[in-house]
Amino acid sequence: MEKLISRFFDLPSSLSAYKKEGGYDVAKRALEMKPAEIEEEVKRSNLRGLGGAGFGCGIKWSFVPRNTGKPIYLVVNADEGEPGTFKDKYILTHVPHLLLEGIIIASWAVGIHKAYIYIRGEYELPYLRLKSALDEAYQNGLLGKRILGSSFDLDVVIHRGAGAYICGEETGLLESLEGKKGFPRLKPPFPAVVGLFGCPTVINNVETLSYLPFIVNRGGEWFAKLGTEKNGGMRLFSVSGHVKNPGVYELPMGITLREIIYHHTGGIRGGKKLKAVVPGGLSAAILTESELDVKMDFDSLKAVGSMGGSGGVIVMDETTSMVDALRITMQFYAHESCGQCTPCREGTGWIYRILGRIVRGKGRLEDLNQMLDIGNYLGGTTICALADGAQMAFLSYLKKFRGEFEQFIRDGVPKETYAHA
Amino acid sequence: MPTLKINGQDVTVEKGTTIIRAAEQFGISIPHYCYHPGLSIAGNCRMCLVEVEKMPKPQISCHIQCQDGMVVQTESEKVKKLRQHVLEFLLVNHPLDCPVCDQAGECRLQDYYMEHGLYDSRVNENKVKKTAKAKPIGPTIMLDSERCILCSRCVRFTDEITKTGEFGIFNRGDRSEIGVGKELNNKYSGNVADICPVGALTDRDFRFKCRVWYLQKTESVCPGCARGCNITIEANLERPQHGGGERVMRLKPRFNDQVNDWWMCDEGRYGYKSIDHSRIDQPLIRLDGAVRSVTWDELTEQFIKAFKKLKIKEEVGILVSAQLTNEELYLTKRFFAKDLGVERIHLMRNYPDGYQDDLLLRADKHPNRKGAEWIGFTENDKETKALLNELAQLKGLIIFGQDIVSLFPNQNLADAISHLSFSAFIGSNHNQTSELVQYVLPAASYAEKNGTFTNFEGRVQRIRKALPALGESKAESEILMMLADKLHLDWTYQHEEDVFNGLSRSVSQFQGLNYKKIGSQGIQVS
Repeated sequence: MEKLISRFFDLPSSLSAYKKEGGYDVAKRALEMKPAEIEEEVKRSNLRGLGGAGFGCGIKWSFVPRNTGKPIYLVVNADEGEPGTFKDKYILTHVPHLLLEGIIIASWAVGIHKAYIYIRGEYELPYLRLKSALDEAYQNGLLGKRILGSSFDLDVVIHRGAGAYICGEETGLLESLEGKKGFPRLKPPFPAVVGLFGCPTVINNVETLSYLPFIVNRGGEWFAKLGTEKNGGMRLFSVSGHVKNPGVYELPMGITLREIIYHHTGGIRGGKKLKAVVPGGLSAAILTESELDVKMDFDSLKAVGSMGGSGGVIVMDETTSMVDALRITMQFYAHESCGQCTPCREGTGWIYRILGRIVRGKGRLEDLNQMLDIGNYLGGTTICALADGAQMAFLSYLKKFRGEFEQFIRDGVPKETYAHA
Repeated sequence: MPTLKINGQDVTVEKGTTIIRAAEQFGISIPHYCYHPGLSIAGNCRMCLVEVEKMPKPQISCHIQCQDGMVVQTESEKVKKLRQHVLEFLLVNHPLDCPVCDQAGECRLQDYYMEHGLYDSRVNENKVKKTAKAKPIGPTIMLDSERCILCSRCVRFTDEITKTGEFGIFNRGDRSEIGVGKELNNKYSGNVADICPVGALTDRDFRFKCRVWYLQKTESVCPGCARGCNITIEANLERPQHGGGERVMRLKPRFNDQVNDWWMCDEGRYGYKSIDHSRIDQPLIRLDGAVRSVTWDELTEQFIKAFKKLKIKEEVGILVSAQLTNEELYLTKRFFAKDLGVERIHLMRNYPDGYQDDLLLRADKHPNRKGAEWIGFTENDKETKALLNELAQLKGLIIFGQDIVSLFPNQNLADAISHLSFSAFIGSNHNQTSELVQYVLPAASYAEKNGTFTNFEGRVQRIRKALPALGESKAESEILMMLADKLHLDWTYQHEEDVFNGLSRSVSQFQGLNYKKIGSQGIQVS
């Protein structure tokens, strides 16, 4: 199968290596195209936002008002905080120039002269690689004034985050970028209209932007055909957990979960049986063996009550305790909730503490229904989608593995499994 | 003007109106914590969630603007359940220490639990420990973090209204805590206790003085400066033991969008102490070095007798204050100028000039200068000073309220006053000046009388009697009526309202006004 982005993962990250592969040729061509043509091509490609929300990239651009008299900003979401996701890290580390080329294309298409890359604070090597790529780009006339011999100016600024998951939520990210605490904003207005510093803003994920050079080069239609209906192209699946060969796999949108696990990553390690899979980052509802034939595009996963999310596939084999897995999952949301909205602030922590009690062997059967009731009011009522994600994950564990939870509460703690609880 | 349906009722509102405001306009109240009409929308408490037809998720009514054809449900079963759960979430880490919490009785958690909660507690877990327990964060406010529901009203108040930015939310998730980056010590700090919907920020001055349900509330106007912020005087008359004998427990700002919105300054808020402290509570006569407390009858008798001995035109000076109500100033003018023929009546300037800002505080610390001017008193600082310099040539001086001895410390006024053959002080509180004069006429405080003030913008506003006058003190208008009686002047006034009606007939700015028209929000005259 042809590789697009991941083809570069084995090559040096330098500008000269990238140029040898034809790097920046597409950007140069794009600067000779009409911006509207590029936007059309991107719409035709069915490129979806690959950060997690899966919103159509071209449509997102079209929401940006062009004549407000204010500058338009591009904000590149490189905060990659969704547990189980590490594909942007690969791009930033191995092919940062591809991202920069994508940024040039998007900026030209929307009329942007300043882009900010908000990179996850923990990403040290990816940051250093990105920074040196940026320096190279400036030194070689790929960024700055009159780039690539055109009359187009574009500046790119890298901003390092400080370690909050919520700053990957696009409006939390904007607040953080503006120097404030990462509290997601009320919507409307949406960032396309009122974004960074009160100006119209495009926010795209690293991977989304990195597909732009391919789309402009080979056409939106070609890209769309790689995927399924309304889900263009391929995406990078970050596969982790109990598989033989964890890693980043670039596969078409229409691939099934079963194919990813059993054909591409070598199946479950040690010949064990699969118990559950998180298909799209921690916030996606877990799937079980019987659901493995689902296609991995956004719409198909939505149809089975989960989501495509960030493409982070976490595989759990039969040795996994779902009680403990859920406790750790909820610990994450309780720890990362920004604390603005009441249900998320109090609900995630409350459920986490109940799970902690269960794991310590003090659970009661009625805790399960109580947690379900709390969980039902966790999501759908808050400013951002953090609680929605926590809710989706939480409810799926409890509904699909209720028997295991009940058994755990009734029969006590199997010591060898839960030593760290 | 969008027309929408709220709970089946058709309502038409201004474009841009949020659902919560629209509902309020039509008598439907939607519970809320973080929403405050004077602050930006935070949308974090989620208590005001409502159902809007065609919207998949419940919406916060503080943020969503009314659209034509919207169908809103604020009391559906789903909404009620949502509220119940939001309340439950809010109380998961709340200490439920109502019996020892000073907010009890005016706490939105208590109120909404009774209205919208009423579920059985099912929290079995330990609560998240918060750090600040009864921690003073400035001279006026105490912080109790574990009671805080993180609505961020205080943060927005100091960010948006005072622009002093003391407050912030530290940490995140259920470890979030309100805190201050620097001491909360601005001119309006007390307001954060008002807007805090729970017992997290309490007023250090009021804490534990009195349970709020014992308070009697009276609408009034702050006399602290020329702004005339609308206030409520909250007094405890039934249980004097609670306040150590103090009657007024606190002042609260009262909403008036033409004057002070929802706010008041600390100077005004904590300025009420003079109502119950250092008061002159009986008429005094100080003659031949001895002070005697006397009856009003004796005092007025002697006062008139002594006063009549003076050559009124040449020998008498009167210092009037813009602290007096319109009614009192009108009577003062009528009695001393018209009926008695005193010529040297001076309205004293504001000494010394106070702090002023763009929010509420005015440099002039008198509530009724505009009214005094309308009634015909013009301040002439030169003449006032001349009068004070020439006290030796005067024989009689009557001072309304002001402590001229301490206001002009370099002029040796004490000596001059002591040598006058007639001196009188009409005021509510003891001060250096009242300690020197021969006749001390105890006056009621502003909380003990009715009347009107005209603020610096020409708005006439009412003060109302919240308390009986302390001891033997009497409102200035009553004192003047008694003096007029002694002189057999033919006055027909019974009380302040009669005086006001006389005023409205004779002073053009007050024409056509009466107490009813002025109402609780005042009337803008010019």
